[in-house]
Amino acid sequence: MAEIRSEIMQGTLDLMVLQTLDAMGPLHGYGIARRIEQLSENALVVNQGTIYLCLIRLLQKKWIKATWGTSENNRKAKFYSISKSGQKQLKAETEDWKRISGVIGRLLELTPGR
Amino acid sequence: MSRLNLLVARIVAFFKRSDLDRDLDNELEAHLCLLVEENIARGLSPEEAHRTAHLKLGNLVSLKEAHRETRGLPVIDTLLQDLRFTFRILRRDLGFTFFAILIVGLGIGASALIFSIVNTLLLRPLPFKDADSLVWMANKQSVPEQTTQVGYLLDAREANRSFEELGAYFAYYNVGDIKLTGDGEPERLTGIPVSQNFFHVLGVEPQIGRLFTEEECRINGPAVVLLTDGLWRRRFGSNPEIVGKPLRLNEQSVIVVGVMPASFDFASIFAPGSHVDLYRPFPLTPETDRMGNTSAIVGRLKPGVSLEAARSDFNILGPQLRTHHPERNEFEPLLSSLKEHVTGHLRPALLVLACAVGVVMLIVCANLSNLLLARNATRQKEMAIRVALGAGRRRLVRQMLTESIVLSGAGAIVGVLVALVGAQVLTHLDAISIPLLSNVQIDFGVLAFTLVIAILTGVVFGLVPALQVPVIGVNESLKENNRGSTGSRKHAWLRSSLVVAEIAFACLLLVGTGLLVRSFLKVLDVNLGFQPERVVAIRIDPGTAYPTQTRRNAYFDEALRLVQNTNGIEACGLTDVLPLEGDRSWGVAGKGQVYQREDYPEAFVRIVSDGYLEAMGIPLLAGRDFTAHDTTDSEQVIIINKTLAEKLWPGQDPVGQMVTQDGGRRVIGVVGGVRHVTVEQDSGSEMYLPMRQTNDYSAVQLVVRTMLPQASVATALRSVLKPLDPNIGANEFRTVQQLVDKATSPRRFVVMMLAGFSTFALILAALGIYAVISYSVHQRTHEIGIRMALGESARTLQLRIIRQTLRLAVLGLIIGLGGSWLMTRALVGLLFGVTSNDPAAFIGMVAILVVVATAAGYFPARRASRIDPITALRSN
Repeated sequence: MAEIRSEIMQGTLDLMVLQTLDAMGPLHGYGIARRIEQLSENALVVNQGTIYLCLIRLLQKKWIKATWGTSENNRKAKFYSISKSGQKQLKAETEDWKRISGVIGRLLELTPGR
Repeated sequence: MSRLNLLVARIVAFFKRSDLDRDLDNELEAHLCLLVEENIARGLSPEEAHRTAHLKLGNLVSLKEAHRETRGLPVIDTLLQDLRFTFRILRRDLGFTFFAILIVGLGIGASALIFSIVNTLLLRPLPFKDADSLVWMANKQSVPEQTTQVGYLLDAREANRSFEELGAYFAYYNVGDIKLTGDGEPERLTGIPVSQNFFHVLGVEPQIGRLFTEEECRINGPAVVLLTDGLWRRRFGSNPEIVGKPLRLNEQSVIVVGVMPASFDFASIFAPGSHVDLYRPFPLTPETDRMGNTSAIVGRLKPGVSLEAARSDFNILGPQLRTHHPERNEFEPLLSSLKEHVTGHLRPALLVLACAVGVVMLIVCANLSNLLLARNATRQKEMAIRVALGAGRRRLVRQMLTESIVLSGAGAIVGVLVALVGAQVLTHLDAISIPLLSNVQIDFGVLAFTLVIAILTGVVFGLVPALQVPVIGVNESLKENNRGSTGSRKHAWLRSSLVVAEIAFACLLLVGTGLLVRSFLKVLDVNLGFQPERVVAIRIDPGTAYPTQTRRNAYFDEALRLVQNTNGIEACGLTDVLPLEGDRSWGVAGKGQVYQREDYPEAFVRIVSDGYLEAMGIPLLAGRDFTAHDTTDSEQVIIINKTLAEKLWPGQDPVGQMVTQDGGRRVIGVVGGVRHVTVEQDSGSEMYLPMRQTNDYSAVQLVVRTMLPQASVATALRSVLKPLDPNIGANEFRTVQQLVDKATSPRRFVVMMLAGFSTFALILAALGIYAVISYSVHQRTHEIGIRMALGESARTLQLRIIRQTLRLAVLGLIIGLGGSWLMTRALVGLLFGVTSNDPAAFIGMVAILVVVATAAGYFPARRASRIDPITALRSN
């Protein structure tokens, strides 16, 4: 059970990170984590560290890029931004997500027929 | 594609581990700082801010671990961990490790060596361009089925539709035909006469210079020669300037036109066990046609023509040519691939060796399984602790397999070294008539084979112990003391079966070896028809200084007189060909007898002088030997062997009869048969013509029976013959025993290899028995203590343990003998003088195994009987 949930989480987190980067432009890990927390209204409570597992995964798939830069408080930080193929992936996954959530939504709205 | 990219990214990440770790550290550090700042901004105290920040970020150690797993190659990480652990374990038990690696190393070494031989002789094509289209054309009507008359070769070249080219070499060259004089020590060289296109057929080019021209391949054409790479290096210091220069060969000036490459070794293909120095032109002309069946034919098929098609072509062509030429010898072409001709006859022996080495590997695996099982028994607790700490069963099995594969991998390295040494020895073996032996090498294919074998071996011998490991419950194992529990009883059963398997395999191997050793002994025991011991031969051809028969006869008289008067010489004589070295045969009939062309009697010919029969030890059965007076001036005479006598004049006295040879020769003596072709094979009809009455010989060998050691014979003969021939080289002396040894060398080779394997197998089986019995004694120390305390005598105890040993041995023997009974039938083709169920071999090997098993069981039994009951009972 725990494994299945984390699997869903993994895919969802990937999608959220991609979406965040697409919407906000280059961000560092802290920024991404902050942003997701705000958007989910703290409903998704995860260890912020988990974001880095997601980031390395996306980096290796070449969906995002990373460069070293300086953060708002003048610290060295790694900035992530979405790549061309990342945008394509995001688009595809968004559509998938919408389709599936549409189907599930309709299913859940079904009321007992008899 | 993206999957591949991902893999590449992961591999890169794996190797840039420390960089990536540092990056992550920096990132997390920055993240933490930002969190702390945020917390402080929210009004928390610095300590609280730190604590909350850490909580929010999560466990950094496991995060870093997860990061590594996500981006890198976790499989390899685990593997490295397993390996590190394995090395620690193996280092801890150095004796075991050394022993295991040695056993695997010897096994893998033997396998790799046999594989390299099989690879060279059977699997790889011959070392020629497009070797698969090369064909050997034998002549079924020739004795012994190999050579063809030149006329047929020329006609077949014109008329056939299958061959691009047909070439030939002259098969009746003799060792040391060519005397090289001039600069440096004079020496006798061996030269092969080859047709002009011979090298072209094989696709071989000279490394320097050129091949023979048409003109050089005519009778009395320009005298030219091609050197082999060996002679060129040895005698001429690899000097390329030699090309175009004249050499003094057989007192004639001959121009060197080229040097053949080292990669082309005529001897290793067409005349294994000998060596060749030169190539001379072999003219295909009416003159050489008249010499009879002399050409050994090799052809290259046209592209797209199969051997089958060529056969049907020649099945029609052969009879046509034969009918056209009633004046010629018989011709019935027999086509086979050149490779089949060269190595086909060795296939059964090599397959036996390959199977034997396979059986050896199985024994090695069984033995190591057993050793590992024994060692694991002592590691039960360690395993149990690891399970208790959360190691999964799969992980433990993997750990065990890693250990066995590391062992077999290390064994493979030892094995490659063993094989390298073995190959080195093989390629430098002289006078073994196995073709292509000098080409055996540990190449890439052999290394790949070794790698596969190593992994396979590791898995096979590691699997049983590995699967055995976590069977026992944690609790039980941790509690277990040395008193036999169910777990160890199951072990004992497994280990006993492994030993039984070892004994069975060893039995199979031993019986096979026994049969081949018995065959070999029978071959050595064969009545050759001559006595090779203490007989030395050397060429003393009269040369151009003796142009007439009378002059040559005087030369022979003088040579024999000089040698006879030497101290230590028992008998001496002359012959043109030594036994086992030549197979020239002529048609022969009794005067007045009429035979059909196809069953006209043929006999092997020897041109000999008086004294030869005595020197060679060939028994004279009736009549008389030649004398010095059987010359051109006296009656033409002949000596025949018993077989020919019975063929020509069955039931009559052959002495005094006339044969058709040379217009009529009187039979003056009958001798026993001599094995000329092979040691195993009766050679049939033979005849001896006096050297003083004919000039139809191409070599003169002085044969001497002596009591002196070979070296002093050489010195003595060189000095007495000095007046006749000042140029006899010290290394030109050969013993007839060498010829016999060479003829039996392939059989000896196989027997030696098998004997080696069997000994190894026997030692392993003995070790297996020893290990199992001592383990069981060790396990039952307590029980033995009780028994002894209750009054069992040391003797009964010993007997009981030995009986236990023999039970294993007998079970193994029953299975092994059953297997042998079935398997030895496959050996029939290799046996000589024994049947495949030869009782001596079976009983002998059973006896050896029982003795070895008893000995292996005796030592633990003796140790057991010396156990002090008090100590035993007090232990654990």
